[in-house]
Amino acid sequence: MEQVLGLRPQSDDTAAEPSGASVSAPPLAIEARGLVKRFNGALAVDGVDIAVPTGSIYGILGPNGAGKTTTLRMLLGIIDPDAGTRRILGSDRPHDMARAIGYLPEERGLYPSMKAVEAIAFMGSLRGLPLREGRKRGRALLEEHGLAHAAEKQIRHLSKGMAQTVQLIGTLVHRPRLVVLDEPFSGLDAINQGKLEGMIRRLAAQGTTVIFSTHVIAHAERLCEQIAIIAGGKVPFAGGVDEARDRIPAQVRLETRAGDGRWRSALPADARAEHKTGGGHWWSFALPDSGIEPLLKALIEGEAGILSLSIERAGLHDAFVHIAGEAAARALQDDQPERSGTRS
Amino acid sequence: MTQTRRAERLPLWQAAYVIARRDFLAILLSKTFLFFLLGPLFPIVVGGLAGTIGSQVRDSVETPVLGIMLPADDAVQLVATHHQLTAGLNVDLPHIRQLPENAGDPRTVLRNNDAGLAAILSGTLANPVLTGSPAQLERWRGEVSLLLAETRSERPLEPLSLGLEAAADSTADRQSGRLTVAQGAQLLLFLLSMLLAGMVLSNLVEEKGNKIIEILAAAIPMDAVFLGKLFAMLAISFVGILVWGGVAAVALYAARDILPVFPDPAVGWPAFLALFVLYFAMNYLLLGSIFLAIGSLAATVREVQTLSMPVTMSQVLIFFLAGMAVADPDGLAGWFATVFPLSSPYALLAHGAVQPGLGLHALGLAWQALWVAIFIKAGAALFRRRVMQSGAPRRPLLERLRGRRARGAA
Repeated sequence: MEQVLGLRPQSDDTAAEPSGASVSAPPLAIEARGLVKRFNGALAVDGVDIAVPTGSIYGILGPNGAGKTTTLRMLLGIIDPDAGTRRILGSDRPHDMARAIGYLPEERGLYPSMKAVEAIAFMGSLRGLPLREGRKRGRALLEEHGLAHAAEKQIRHLSKGMAQTVQLIGTLVHRPRLVVLDEPFSGLDAINQGKLEGMIRRLAAQGTTVIFSTHVIAHAERLCEQIAIIAGGKVPFAGGVDEARDRIPAQVRLETRAGDGRWRSALPADARAEHKTGGGHWWSFALPDSGIEPLLKALIEGEAGILSLSIERAGLHDAFVHIAGEAAARALQDDQPERSGTRS
Repeated sequence: MTQTRRAERLPLWQAAYVIARRDFLAILLSKTFLFFLLGPLFPIVVGGLAGTIGSQVRDSVETPVLGIMLPADDAVQLVATHHQLTAGLNVDLPHIRQLPENAGDPRTVLRNNDAGLAAILSGTLANPVLTGSPAQLERWRGEVSLLLAETRSERPLEPLSLGLEAAADSTADRQSGRLTVAQGAQLLLFLLSMLLAGMVLSNLVEEKGNKIIEILAAAIPMDAVFLGKLFAMLAISFVGILVWGGVAAVALYAARDILPVFPDPAVGWPAFLALFVLYFAMNYLLLGSIFLAIGSLAATVREVQTLSMPVTMSQVLIFFLAGMAVADPDGLAGWFATVFPLSSPYALLAHGAVQPGLGLHALGLAWQALWVAIFIKAGAALFRRRVMQSGAPRRPLLERLRGRRARGAA
């Protein structure tokens, strides 16, 4: 296993598996059922179910105000749910597992008068790491991040990006088994976003479970194996990223030489004729349930003259629109400074 | 499973220590802490300066003098009697100054004099007249009458033979002295608490302002945050008291010859001083836990400042309540002040000054510690509910009772 940044997670020998977990199913780091939270009578989270496999990278995707932070705060025991249950690393009392958890809140906070290395050691000591060890690891981690010169500087004298890095190091210094990051990419420039993505991947490679919330689809699409889409306090989808994409049938784009023929009857009913370029005829339709092979056979036998054929799987953005609805998708888009989607 | 959980959780006291250590060092190493230490010394310096100025003003004002405007023979007799009474028998009489018999109308002389004359005795010994302002006449008529009576008396004044035997102690003196010690200790406890406990009000504002509270709340129980902050401030207070106490000890040692001697408190000085420290700690923790909870609900420093006035006034009320306990220790007020958690440290401290025995103090300290725990628990719960907006919403009382009944039936 690759050793990255000295952030090896603590041994799993004390990890408790949720009761009733089968031998074949991966143990769940987080399991929440029917979480409900109201603030002053207004429903903020409405029956959220989440299951995060141990060692996975899990994204909670939704626009601002969807209930992402409230859900994370409930999972961590910062606030109690009005209804529902939660199990974190096998315990239904999150504070009981505090030493195995690292948490980076959305609203970053450090004592301005503290030195960077002391801030890291302090955050570690809150999770049971002795101060001396925290300082030692803090210096090493700052050096690895090119911030050795900032170790003895007060937080108030650091740039925003440097302070964020210090806080992130403080979140990880005690080598947690579960890392919870609330909007970790917000406020970071593109270079630091890339660095953070790399760090999350390395943590997962070491066996650490990482759960993060984001309103930027691209981050979730690049990093996550599993996601939960949250909108209006509900989770309309939770599962694998591919599973989300598969909610929308793949789109087939076909270019034929012939414009008509008996092969036309083999095309699905929803097939749309598109613009003509270079004498070819373009068709676009959802991949039939029967697959592409029967269609190909019909096209060849019907002498359609296939010039090109491509199957495009839906991107996560399309899946989000399909699952959460147009309004949530628009809200998500409005929240993003720039949309850097990747579609396969 | 239990062992696993214990291994993964920081114990309450250890978590509180992490918070206390951070807060204590942050305050102790801040530049403003020096001003905190110097703060209480300012009134002493100002008081000293005011005393010096007052003394100078008093010295510059002449002592009021009684002018004697009598015929020469009468004046000589009166002056001689005055000397015998004041110097021989230590009787307190006005200072006198002999004036010419024909100096003029006494009222005119009084109006125009620049020799500190406050009243003038004129006429003759047989028919004397005292002239002065109504207040001065009222003040001196007794002394002047005594002086005239002795002067006119046929019998010569003879010094009395009075045996004087000094008693080292008396029950009345001891009780009175111990009451003074009790009141003084209460006043000192009140002043120190008022000076120091108020600081706790603004103790969570930094964490809320810097969003650090979120990190703390995720890592450790809120009870530990409250406990740690409270003990950090108590430790800071003890640092302050050590410094101020040191300065006071030096000042008292320098002025040891002019200081009155206080009687021993009923429990003795060492035990009484130990009780003072313990009751200060308890009083601080009791008040501090309430102030911390109140302050934690405030969103801004301005709100904290607004809260400080009613908080100070409530301390004054508690002090008065405890004062009643000194005046009437066995009455209803005395018992109430002893049992009511917030006035209990004051009442029991006074009790230690006037009544021997330490059993009640052990009981009282345990009682106060219990209330500290209750206040911290309640404060943390209130903070979680009101500020962190945690906890299930409260159901109406009727609904809760129905639920309890249903569970009971099941």
